[in-house]
Amino acid sequence: MTTTDNQQDLYADPSETSQGKVFTVTGQDWDSIAQGLGDSADERVVVNMGPQHPSTHGVLRLILELEGETVTEARCGIGYLHTGIEKNMEFRSWVQGTTFCTRMDYLSPFFNEATYALGVERLLDIEDDVPEKAQVMRVLLMELNRISSHLVCIATGGMEIGALTVMTIGFRERELVLDLFELITGLRMNHAFIRPGGVAQDLPPGALDEIRDFIALMRKRLPEYAALCNANPIFKARLEDVGHLDLAGCLALGLSGPPLRATGYGWDLRKTQPYSGYEDYDFEVQTWDTADAYGRFRVRLNEMSESLRIVEQAADRLAGLEGAPVMVGDKKIAWPSQLAIGSDGMGNSLDHIRHIMGESMEALIHHFKLVTEGFRVPAGQAYVPIESPRGELGAHVVSDGGTRPFRAHFRDPSFTNLQATSVMSEGGMVADVIVAIASIDPVMGGVDR
Amino acid sequence: MSDDTPDHNLQDPSTDLVAGDQEINRAVGSRHGMFGVKGSGDTSGYGGLVSPTVYPASTQRPYGGWFDEVADALEARLGATDLDAAIERVVVHRGEITFHVRREDLAFVAQMLRDDDDLRFEFCAGVSGVHYPEDAGRELHAVYHLLSMTHNRRIRLEVTCPDADPHIPSLVSIYPTNDWHEREAWDMFGIQFDGHPSMTRILMPDDWPGHPQRKDYPLGGIPVEYKGGTVPPPDQRRSYS
Repeated sequence: MTTTDNQQDLYADPSETSQGKVFTVTGQDWDSIAQGLGDSADERVVVNMGPQHPSTHGVLRLILELEGETVTEARCGIGYLHTGIEKNMEFRSWVQGTTFCTRMDYLSPFFNEATYALGVERLLDIEDDVPEKAQVMRVLLMELNRISSHLVCIATGGMEIGALTVMTIGFRERELVLDLFELITGLRMNHAFIRPGGVAQDLPPGALDEIRDFIALMRKRLPEYAALCNANPIFKARLEDVGHLDLAGCLALGLSGPPLRATGYGWDLRKTQPYSGYEDYDFEVQTWDTADAYGRFRVRLNEMSESLRIVEQAADRLAGLEGAPVMVGDKKIAWPSQLAIGSDGMGNSLDHIRHIMGESMEALIHHFKLVTEGFRVPAGQAYVPIESPRGELGAHVVSDGGTRPFRAHFRDPSFTNLQATSVMSEGGMVADVIVAIASIDPVMGGVDR
Repeated sequence: MSDDTPDHNLQDPSTDLVAGDQEINRAVGSRHGMFGVKGSGDTSGYGGLVSPTVYPASTQRPYGGWFDEVADALEARLGATDLDAAIERVVVHRGEITFHVRREDLAFVAQMLRDDDDLRFEFCAGVSGVHYPEDAGRELHAVYHLLSMTHNRRIRLEVTCPDADPHIPSLVSIYPTNDWHEREAWDMFGIQFDGHPSMTRILMPDDWPGHPQRKDYPLGGIPVEYKGGTVPPPDQRRSYS
């Protein structure tokens, strides 16, 4: 709406209102007269967002310096969820370590376990001995986990910009993934299922059918997300050009995962430095070229479809691996029993109990030694990073040759990526800070550990 | 570690195992006994066992694969600036290469690793502190994992500093991503990264005393009563290490 009226307007000179009709008072030299007043009236406000705020994606504290609604400085305060997991792991056996690290990034527990287990296996020098079925099950679980993690990211990201339907459908589908986890591992979260040497249990009967049903359902549901969001004008208006960070910025700040791939650079450790047999699966690395929150959303959405492809291939391979071992053959490392859920809801193995209590004293001693003392890991250090839903997740595992980790440090992608908060949100609006942070997808359990 | 251990492992832990001037193997700390029982309660007869903690030895050339290319490029560039001694030793273990860098040369080496076309380690995965209380004079280690996306390679840098002088040059100006990582290493280990723009705590509260992940910092915890028995806190339970 431009004014075609050539008549001189007393308050709004047409040359100054090329944007449209503006109802304001301008003209004369009042700008310069009021200037001094404006400077002295301090418009700068420092606002604390969080740590308890529904839009800060967990217990994240943001310290924002605002001028009006524009963010001039943004800083993060973290540490509210620090639980000393790394320190605690130094006082537990190598196997018990998995029960701790699985709790760090609570949306991608299998990735925490996997990078830790891969590091320990490298130190034990048993990387090539991990049975094929364990590798395939790891891939299956990790890719299911990637789907559930991306679903939560998209769901909470949607909720934070007021797209409640995205939230409800996201959690609806995530629930299905968690049901699969419950079926396979017995737990919905904090599984401690991927352990040094393999995985804790074989697939339960019927699991493959459930997985296939899930794949079929998700093939229908994932396009619904695309239909709901991809071209949605409100969704795009909130996400496009928000939280911009190009490739150089990503490298400088060490960002990996979807923010890096949204710059158009297809760096994915599953392809470039394959682990757990990822080289045997057919999938594409997803990229986008806008380097903004919208691009990161699209990368995640597309990655879910690719994960579904990998899950399907893994399920096909598992169908041919029935009865194959899921733990290394080395009895000095492998957990002695295969537990099953009894009628009391507790894990137990009656055969194993009969064996150690009634038949073999040596088996009892072996069981006792392995469970209470654990196995020794040769001295050294290892770092085996993997591509978690949020980027490069790696465990720096140091052993002094004992039965406990001497040091386990987790390079968590949420921690590193969150450093981009300042560059992504300074100069933008307050409302866009939320979008920028949601596009990083930080999980505070992983940030603070 | 029982009696069939080769006897070079049974030397006094403080002795450096050296061949000529080249440091080959260095014992860092030791473990005693077998069953975690101390004092008169130990009736096992194994209480006298001492096994030193020996980390993987320095590796001699050739390192194998692209390790040599990286080492060559590194040495060529360091030789040109007469900083040949910047790399104290190189360890290849389990398919990973570790360059132990003299701490005063860390920033130069990192800058070169990032900038040189043949090296081009453009991605730093942060720094991880490790505390070796028995590694006299080099108690605190800072470990950097560098990734070259250009060449698809990974290396590890390790820098040490003594407890008495816990200073290591900051890499924030070279790898800005290390900002929070170095703050975490300061918070948890008390390593001061000189040149860091704001060396403050990051995970622990600002007024927290001590650096929690050092080995001399207790884990804490209280005994828990369960069905009439008492379970001691984790750091007071029997340790088999």
